[in-house]
Amino acid sequence: MGMTITEKILARAAGRPSVRAGDNVWVQADILMTHDVCGPGTIGIFQKEFGAKARVWNSERVILTPDHYIFTADAKCHRNVEICRAFAAEQALPYFYDPGTPSYSGVCHVTLPQKGHCRPGEVLFGTDSHTCTYGAFGAFATGIGNTDAAFVMGTGRLLVKVPATLRFVVDGGLPKGVMGKDIILRVIGDIGVDGGTYRALEFCGSTIRGLPMSERITICNMAIEAGGKNGIIAADKTTLEYVRARTDKPFTCVDSDPDAEVLSERRYRAEELVPYVALPHSPDNLAKASDCGDVRIDRAYVGSCTGGKTEDFIAAASILRGRKVCVDTYLVPATTEVAADLQRETIGGKTLAQIFQEAGCIEPAPPSCAACLGGPLDTFGRANGSEVVISTTNRNFPGRMGSKAASVILASPLTTAASALTGRITDPREFM
Amino acid sequence: MAQRIRGNVFVVGDNIDTDQIIPAQYLNLVPTIPEEYAKLGTYALSGLPDGYPRLVPEGAAKSPYVIVVAGRNFGCGSSREHAPVSLGAAGVRAVVAESYARIFFRNCMATGELYPVESPKRLCDLLKTGDEVTLDLEAGTLTTAAGATYPLQPLGDAKDVIDAGGLFAFARKSGMIR
Ligand code: SF4
Repeated sequence: MGMTITEKILARAAGRPSVRAGDNVWVQADILMTHDVCGPGTIGIFQKEFGAKARVWNSERVILTPDHYIFTADAKCHRNVEICRAFAAEQALPYFYDPGTPSYSGVCHVTLPQKGHCRPGEVLFGTDSHTCTYGAFGAFATGIGNTDAAFVMGTGRLLVKVPATLRFVVDGGLPKGVMGKDIILRVIGDIGVDGGTYRALEFCGSTIRGLPMSERITICNMAIEAGGKNGIIAADKTTLEYVRARTDKPFTCVDSDPDAEVLSERRYRAEELVPYVALPHSPDNLAKASDCGDVRIDRAYVGSCTGGKTEDFIAAASILRGRKVCVDTYLVPATTEVAADLQRETIGGKTLAQIFQEAGCIEPAPPSCAACLGGPLDTFGRANGSEVVISTTNRNFPGRMGSKAASVILASPLTTAASALTGRITDPREFM
Repeated sequence: MAQRIRGNVFVVGDNIDTDQIIPAQYLNLVPTIPEEYAKLGTYALSGLPDGYPRLVPEGAAKSPYVIVVAGRNFGCGSSREHAPVSLGAAGVRAVVAESYARIFFRNCMATGELYPVESPKRLCDLLKTGDEVTLDLEAGTLTTAAGATYPLQPLGDAKDVIDAGGLFAFARKSGMIR
């Protein structure tokens, strides 16, 4: 009996010829990522448990990316970044993306791919539930808490239960107006917010193979919204082109065996997919955008690890170009590289930044997580009242963007931009 | 570790995510700093929609409820360990839910803060906030003041780790690390 891609990666990391779903195995980590929210707690446990003078297991493999609470006046947030900074200096971590310096990058889950830290076949842990994003590169990646992370920091190892796989096969050509975000919203809507609990969500088929890395990132990012342990897409030519341009470290690509055992397989025809939204207050509250034209919105938000990549802004700009938004429209590039692209990338001779400005959007904020998770009261774009927000982010439980009274609707960048033009949920094909 | 937990329950529904357990504006508190650990406790479950009572009353340091009873998928959302930590800091000793999100369950175990017990029966529909119950971890039962007893899923390996006081204490005890 063959193995799934997830089983193969975990078998290699455990130093075993094979593993099966349900096995508990100690695996060797390739990367541990932490940030300003969970880094200080992780560092605290690491120092308490391994000693004040302890060294991390491998300084090249501990990546520190402060990104959540950067542009705020909150003193504790600054203190937390300072704890990360002191630790990075003490441990001489080469990959510390330090706020306020040229090395600052922004949101972890876009930073790690862009900086070449995501490589096929590897095992990545991170103190953030959306660590599953890196599965887009054919890697095993999952979110863990501070205590587990402190254990990895000291030993490089972690006890992992091998997840059974739910496979999603998407074949055919995606219709105009439909994005990776729509694929994953549909999957979450179909299986529910706990439909993937303890499972690996494996995505394959000709549609997936035809997607650029930015779209694969969006899909794997939201595996956790179905409760998944990891999301994964086997590496192919598209992956290798992206990875090779960013790292020369060696790695080994793996894929599922044809006879690997999976728990279930669902098939989708891309042609049948449409622009979707997840209505308040749950990512599985699926509806077709075209059925929600009577839902009014007060605000649009383009940003986060899911929906704040360069390609997401290009999609939004393609709709907003030459038109005017009628609600407050907030733009937060995920990283400094994306922020630079807003000035560099052009459509019809105009930069993205110009297009957004002419459309009446609020000036883009500097890169960070910003209002994706509410945060301190002075966070850019934070919902502080009973706003109805349409957003390219990944989560819409009550209070996620700040206020419990606010309503958050999840959508693709195309749908979010189209809705910003009309002030109600709008199928982007009306403007294409 | 006492195997019987007796006290009042606080009842919530399905899909209580980590933002409702500990809202993001309090994540600037670092759980390993003792004053901030205590502070986190006072905000536990403060992100629940209006209409719920407070788990920790205004001005109090601890919760009068020691067991949280929930429906499906308790603790979904973020990987923030602040979630089980805030409940533990508030004085909650166990959650009894129909099911858990994976990372929350694992964080309960790793921190040793509280027991995430699964109930085959949907107890959140049978109990109401303030009811007194006895949770027997050894026997795997929850008994109400009226004498009704409900069986619970065995906690398995997770119980040993939580009994030991969390991942590090367990790893030392079993010789996995020094
Ligand atoms: S952008 Fe949002 S989902 Fe992504 S890491 Fe930041 S807070 Fe989490």
